[in-house]
Amino acid sequence: MLHIPCPYCGPRDETEFHYGSEAHVGYPENSSNLTDEEWAKFVFIRSNPKGWMAERWVHSAGCRRWFNVWRNTINHEFGPSYKPFSQQPKSPA
Amino acid sequence: MATTTRRRTVELPDHPDFLWVADQKPKKSYDVIIIGAGGHGLATAYYLAKNHAITNVAVIEKGWLAGGNMGRNTTIIRSNYLWDESTGIYDHSLKLWENLEEEVGYEMFFSQRGVMTLAHSVSDVRSKRRNFYANHVNAVDSVWLTPEEVKEIAPIVNISEDIRYPVMGATFQPRGGIAKHDWVAWGYAKAAADMGVDIIQNCEVTGFNIVNGKVQGIKTTQGDIAANKVGMVAAGHTSVLADMAGFDVPLQSRPLQALVSELNEQVLDTVIMSGAVHVYVSQAHKGELVMGAGTDSYNSYAQRGGFHVIEHQLAAACELFPIFERAHMLRTWGGIVDIAPDASPIIGLTPVENLFINSGWGTGGFKATPGSGWVMAATIASGEPDTLAKPYALDRFTSGHLIDEHGAAGVAH
Repeated sequence: MLHIPCPYCGPRDETEFHYGSEAHVGYPENSSNLTDEEWAKFVFIRSNPKGWMAERWVHSAGCRRWFNVWRNTINHEFGPSYKPFSQQPKSPA
Repeated sequence: MATTTRRRTVELPDHPDFLWVADQKPKKSYDVIIIGAGGHGLATAYYLAKNHAITNVAVIEKGWLAGGNMGRNTTIIRSNYLWDESTGIYDHSLKLWENLEEEVGYEMFFSQRGVMTLAHSVSDVRSKRRNFYANHVNAVDSVWLTPEEVKEIAPIVNISEDIRYPVMGATFQPRGGIAKHDWVAWGYAKAAADMGVDIIQNCEVTGFNIVNGKVQGIKTTQGDIAANKVGMVAAGHTSVLADMAGFDVPLQSRPLQALVSELNEQVLDTVIMSGAVHVYVSQAHKGELVMGAGTDSYNSYAQRGGFHVIEHQLAAACELFPIFERAHMLRTWGGIVDIAPDASPIIGLTPVENLFINSGWGTGGFKATPGSGWVMAATIASGEPDTLAKPYALDRFTSGHLIDEHGAAGVAH
């Protein structure tokens, strides 16, 4: 089980959280002008790196807040976690 | 290599010393390179040689043959999906399974013992009934079972109404079943190698040689290899390859776990699945219970998952099958599955000319091994999507023609 560092509560068991996939995917600007290809990219394409990934989790059974965290998809090691709208720490890589 | 292990219920033939050239080195160039020596990659190479007389083919594998998901799945075979496109490819696959052992001349322990999918709530019953009717429309064998009929086929199922997930009915596909997955891989590998296909293990792809948008070959840990055409059949690592080739794929790689018990007397002669409680179980030929769990929630390439996922699965299994409570689990393991947004595969052309993709089989690729190889070989040979593969093109995510099989995919994602 992952031990996930919630930036509000500290490290807690994975079963307290739900996963939110890739972080920093913003709603597209000028959405009324997007092509089908651009919509497909926004709706369906998410990065799937082998290595460090910035991702979202929500601490559902704790503070119930969303946050971002760096995690390595090769060995599940966690890097720094950080609050939404705060400065993103550099990738630990 | 004779073994002295006592066998319980079935005599497995002794493994031959070798089936293909074990330390094959790559040639300078090939007509076709297939990346990934799992079931789908080997089947693709086999059908390229068998159906299209293309034998100057290499199957490149970063690890060992069938060491990825092909050796990590729960070997369930069925074709009772919801949509026409799915029936097309999965039922074609099932028909190929039915003659496969004779065709390739290799034992695979294909056993059509039926696959039962349980329904546990009113909405579950409705969606399974819908599936059952869709199967009838598409001439796929499908039977609706009452809880009592479930009990008749599989007496160990608890059909009491007073459990957390009561059995309210089930669909049953009699033609479904299981096969021994490693034997399937070896059978395809041997038959392909006999026709001249090179199988090259311990050879990881590190890049593509692409000139003017057209693939010319691949870069590997064993040097550059030229090819007229390249097929990516790399399951959980497809995104990594697509990154190297410079295009996006709508895939997420997640761990999917399975587990096996010690050898038991035969108590279950069919396959039972339950999407609602994340249980699917069959009893292998020697007597071990083979069970699968749901996917872990996060992206990973680690080939392992959390134990709480196994715990959740076993809790439901023990309630549905009280006889399992004292069974000892021997091993758990994880594979990395590539899941597309609609839980359907992605097969066909890519933005790079002569580079083909076969991926996104997610949690249910094993059953499709023959059909997947068949359509991939046809697509590579002609350079155009095969009829059955056409709906699975990468551009369906732009056109919106998704093939939503989350309901029939068996495992919740």
